[in-house]
Amino acid sequence: MAESSWLTEFPQLERADLRDIRKSLDAGYREFSREYGELIESFFDPLLTFLVWFEKLLLATPWWLVIAVIAGLAYFASRSWKLGLGVVISFMLIGYFGMWDNTMRTMSIILVCTLMAIALGVPIGIGMARSDRTQSLVTPILDVMQTMPAFVYLIPVVMLLGIGKIPGVIAVIIYAIPPVIRLTNLGIRLVDKDVMEAATAYGASPLQRLMGVQLPLAMPTIMAGINQTIMMSLSMVVIASMIGVKGLGQPVLKSITNQYFTLGLLNGLAIVALAIIFDRVSQAYAKRAQEHMKGLENG
Amino acid sequence: MADVLIEIENLYKLFGRSPAKYMPLVHAGKSKDEILAETGHTLGLKDINLQIKRGEIFVIMGLSGSGKSTLIRHFNRLIDPTEGVIRVEGSDVMQFDKKELQHFRRHKMSMVFQRFGLLPHKSVIDNVAYGLQIQKVSSNEAKAKAKEWLETVGLSGYEDQYPSQLSGGQQQRVGLARALCTDAEILLMDEAFSALDPLIRSEMQDQLIKLQETLHKTIVFITHDLDEALRLGDRIAILKDGEIVQQGEPEDILLNPATEYVEAFVRDVNRARALTVETVMKDPACRITAETIEEALKQMKGFKQDYGYVVNADGYQGVVTEEALKEAYADDKTADLTEDIMEEVDPLEEGAVLESVIPCTLEADFPLPVVDDAGNLTGRLSRGTLSDVLGERA
Ligand SMILES: Nc1ncnc2c1ncn2[C@@H]1O[C@H](COP(=O)(O)OP(=O)(O)OP(=O)(O)O)[C@@H](O)[C@H]1O
Ligand SMILES: [Mg+2]
Repeated sequence: MAESSWLTEFPQLERADLRDIRKSLDAGYREFSREYGELIESFFDPLLTFLVWFEKLLLATPWWLVIAVIAGLAYFASRSWKLGLGVVISFMLIGYFGMWDNTMRTMSIILVCTLMAIALGVPIGIGMARSDRTQSLVTPILDVMQTMPAFVYLIPVVMLLGIGKIPGVIAVIIYAIPPVIRLTNLGIRLVDKDVMEAATAYGASPLQRLMGVQLPLAMPTIMAGINQTIMMSLSMVVIASMIGVKGLGQPVLKSITNQYFTLGLLNGLAIVALAIIFDRVSQAYAKRAQEHMKGLENG
Repeated sequence: MADVLIEIENLYKLFGRSPAKYMPLVHAGKSKDEILAETGHTLGLKDINLQIKRGEIFVIMGLSGSGKSTLIRHFNRLIDPTEGVIRVEGSDVMQFDKKELQHFRRHKMSMVFQRFGLLPHKSVIDNVAYGLQIQKVSSNEAKAKAKEWLETVGLSGYEDQYPSQLSGGQQQRVGLARALCTDAEILLMDEAFSALDPLIRSEMQDQLIKLQETLHKTIVFITHDLDEALRLGDRIAILKDGEIVQQGEPEDILLNPATEYVEAFVRDVNRARALTVETVMKDPACRITAETIEEALKQMKGFKQDYGYVVNADGYQGVVTEEALKEAYADDKTADLTEDIMEEVDPLEEGAVLESVIPCTLEADFPLPVVDDAGNLTGRLSRGTLSDVLGERA
């Protein structure tokens, strides 16, 4: 190879070297997953138990009771009978077209993922809001999580935990958690300095300030984050079905490989219906909870 | 001598990344602008020395950016000083650890803010009870107390409203009720009334004065308005570029401004409303203490003026002119000096503001007598004095 060739051709790593790097990295990770895979899996056991229990509960409950409960929740969250009626109609149609079981499975996984995302994301967001250093550390990680194609981080998760519900849940959480974290951080940072100062001046402890002032005032923003997280986990459901998560994603996947247009469309529509219901209910709830804070900006 | 409650000694505040490093420049006497240009640090406060007495309203005033907010935030350590000592009731606030500081903020001081600082997600009553809630007082007790204070500031019926549903003046009343609800001895008020329109503002000032008559708090009041300072303050400190340029009693500042800066402030003041008769009156010359007409006329001869104020053991009695005395003398020189020959002239009260006495002073033929609460003659106020004092500002 002539010395001057790097001018015309990119000075690339030798193929063999690259292969060696790949080999050793892959081997290393495989080693790691063999060593710790079970340990990590057992760590997630409680989560799996809960997930399975919840899924069974939804599946075992008579359909009319499920619809009544969900419609009731929707009504109480939004105080809008239209939304309640919309819920009833959507679920009737879903059941009528034979997608009831898969919808219940998807709902249970979404619920678990959202709860996990909130339980992890809100504290992380609070930590970010408290220190600029944490923020500058976490932000690039979130950037990676949001831009890295989901398939790429499915690989190590599957290598580590195999195929099944838990890797699915983890993949969904990784994909969907950034909005909660970001918006919790943002919401707390946007809390009016004057109000915080007043709380401090009256001798509020850091915990009293967090629970009594920062979180309540950041709540509209945090709710927007949670809303986005729910939407993102719904859209991740299809991809997660590739690693064995049962639910509405699987028929969609099947329709892609077999070109079943109608099956794909129906299941796709069911996902959309779920998304719209979750979105409207959580937004209406957030809005109602913050009613009295309206008009404060211009007041 | 009232005892000193808050004491500030040689307080300095330099804002920036490494204030300690540049403090020598401050001590070398460089100005705020020079320090900013050289180091990028803002000199917030420079060599502040203050003593605030128990039960007084101490006003700190100055133009925007003069460091008023910075200074008042040192009292409860919302801002820590770069150098200096802050003592409250003899204990050094800087030595407090976290718990002690929290306790201090909860029980010793409460604060009213320019932009109210109310909690938008809490109802009015919960806002007022906030200080007690922080102290973990039981909710019932806190609410009962909050309700009382809401009544005191004239907001009963608004308990369940939210701050955004109230007008500015009402919101600040809530802020005031919140501050009073903790029973803290010291009230810090940072431009508490500046955001309100003039009418509401003077209403709030009246309310504060009335409350203070019964509460006897120690109030540190910040304002950029000298009229407000003169109205509320027992003593006033004037800040300029982080330094105190003058402190003293209101009349003192009005009548003897220490620097041009203070003078510029004072120039715009409505003196007629700010000054009382007592502060401008002259000593009462021409006292007539005689009992008979003859002696009275003798005393009168000793004066330059042709009138005198008749005073006896009961205090001021009236005014008598030389002419009237002479007439009476011709009649019966040994007669007693009685009310018949005096002119009935209502005296001015020491505490009256000048504005209220302008008409009668101008109408009178001679300087009006001034009496204290007991009715004793303590001074006189002439047309000339009045026009001197009121005309000076032009
Ligand atoms: N956190 C800070 N960092 C840097 N400089 C500050 C900070 N806070 C205040 N300053 C500076 O200190 C000076 C005094 O500010 P301060 O807010 O005390 O003024 P003020 O007298 O309260 O004015 P206003 O009437 O506008 O409220 C200003 O020059 C300001 O720029
Ligand atoms: Mg200020």
